[in-house]
Amino acid sequence: MGKYILRRFLFSFFTLIGATAIVFGLSRAVGDPRDLFAQEGGYGVTEETYEHLTKMLNLDKPLYMQYLLWLGKTVRGDLGRSLLGQKDVSDLIGEKVLNTLELTIFSWILSTIIGIPLGVLSAVKRGSFWDYAGRSIALFGQAAPPFVIAIIGILIFAVQLGWLPAGSGESHLIKGTWRGLTSGDFSLIPSFFTGGWKHYVLPVGTLGLAASASYLRLTRSSMLEILDSEYIKLARAKGVSERDVIWKHALKNALIPPLTLAALIFVGFLTGTIIVETVFVWPGLGLLATTAVSENDFPVMTGSVLLFAVFYTVIIFLSDLTYGFVDPRIRYS
Amino acid sequence: MTLSTKIGVDEPSWIEKNVPGYIKFKKFLSLLQRWPVIPIFFISILVLLAVFADVTGYDPELPALRDRTLPMFSEPVDPLTKDLTRHWLGADQFGRDTLTRIMHGARITLYVLLISAVSGTIIGTAYGLIAGYFGGFVDDILMRILDLVYSIPFLLLALVAAIVFDPSLTVVIVLLAFLAWPAFVRNVRAEILTLKERDYIMYARVAGASRIRMMYKHLLPGVINTVIVIATLRIGQLILAEASLSFLGAGVPPPTPVWGALVAEGRDYLNSAWWVSIWPSLGIFLVVMSLNFLGDWFRDKFDPRLRQL
Repeated sequence: MGKYILRRFLFSFFTLIGATAIVFGLSRAVGDPRDLFAQEGGYGVTEETYEHLTKMLNLDKPLYMQYLLWLGKTVRGDLGRSLLGQKDVSDLIGEKVLNTLELTIFSWILSTIIGIPLGVLSAVKRGSFWDYAGRSIALFGQAAPPFVIAIIGILIFAVQLGWLPAGSGESHLIKGTWRGLTSGDFSLIPSFFTGGWKHYVLPVGTLGLAASASYLRLTRSSMLEILDSEYIKLARAKGVSERDVIWKHALKNALIPPLTLAALIFVGFLTGTIIVETVFVWPGLGLLATTAVSENDFPVMTGSVLLFAVFYTVIIFLSDLTYGFVDPRIRYS
Repeated sequence: MTLSTKIGVDEPSWIEKNVPGYIKFKKFLSLLQRWPVIPIFFISILVLLAVFADVTGYDPELPALRDRTLPMFSEPVDPLTKDLTRHWLGADQFGRDTLTRIMHGARITLYVLLISAVSGTIIGTAYGLIAGYFGGFVDDILMRILDLVYSIPFLLLALVAAIVFDPSLTVVIVLLAFLAWPAFVRNVRAEILTLKERDYIMYARVAGASRIRMMYKHLLPGVINTVIVIATLRIGQLILAEASLSFLGAGVPPPTPVWGALVAEGRDYLNSAWWVSIWPSLGIFLVVMSLNFLGDWFRDKFDPRLRQL
């Protein structure tokens, strides 16, 4: 067990090193990285700025030293300054992290409470209305790109019916609570319940729908497999009621694959938010990253990508560990 | 035995079952169940759109400003375009014909997909083949590299690449090929591991076949079914990825009509000109769904063991 954790930890560590190396490598792959700071068609840079950049990026040192120095700065949280507005990238990211996390957590809850029960239902009542409804949702969620779901949602609920706003609002439940806890001012929270929640419906629904499709498919197939197994037949033969067969005997084992998917879905959200935040102008990390792309703001870009990569690795690491706890049959090898 | 019992559908008793039209209808239904007719239909439409993209006569990239946001079925009014056919699917915010842009988009989509999917398939299969065939140390190294590749979120890599290199068709193709190849490796490798224990491989070795020949001539044909199934299932995801990239502004740059970019551009005009976004959205949805269906069908036909994909 200890050996397994150590192995996974080492692997995660090397993954992070790999990710930073790729980000760093790409920034050097274009030739002169100083060009990234002076955009084409812009005003160019002065001689002094150029000299300053050379020193800042350590271009006078060999490549591996450049990487190590850059890595050292990054680990200490110094991600440089944004080209537009000259703000510290770590501050910019710090403002946005909670917004993204909020969106992610709500969508995660939504997709779980839609996907898993509907998957169980469609497996248990195979061929019924629920089965077809569930499979249609799965089909739709898998084939429609998130931005299409988002746009159709906006068109119907925001443009035509006018029920829901198509953008982000001021009120944030988690962020408000966090601010409240740190500063003692809880005034941001009530507005969430008096109407702020409306801003969440479309973005969370968009992210949740696609994710619940994969939950549904997996739960359905694993439930079908379990219901077909010997021990379920035995339970039925000895006269266990159908309700107990499904909820007590089958479900516990059928839930193992969806549970392991949960971490992957959470991780998938982190990138999924990039699209959803862009569509709904949600002030999170994803929007920060896409704006950085359109504004050619390289330091902001690398900063948000690195943070995403850290999230990704940490969650995968934790999910590998929990997988072992949930399912003792898994060998720690 | 009547047809209805054969395909196992409960029939209401009041339907007259001997009417020729009804039997034809049943036959058609069973055809739909046995063959992927609908997916092939949609994919053929995609190909036809791409082939006949120039039929409408409009320029997909040239603005015709007096036509801007004309609704569907309207006659063009701009001096540049007034001799041409109607704007069947409306015009966008620059007066470009939506149908024409969708058709040219289909062309680019097919082009991008073909190159990236084929190269991704070749790289992934070769990688799995080498890892499985050589085994041992080589296998270990190759699989660790694969794990590393899996742990890099694609969209983020694409965004970094988009800002570092200027977005272009080539960059998008390379990125998509990069997204495509890892999916093949594990399954191909696993199959090779069992295949290479078979007797005929030993005989081939005794007969003096070289390593290259062994892999190419004797092992590759054994995994080709798996490869086809994975490739079909993967192409749908490539379309989604390409569309997402274009949507985020990290894909093929404007004014090239790519489907994802069409959706993105029309987004700001949903209120006044919904057709600019909705038709390409529908296109993406139908094509991806068709490819998923087709992939499922291939899988059930060729390789039912891949059910968990």
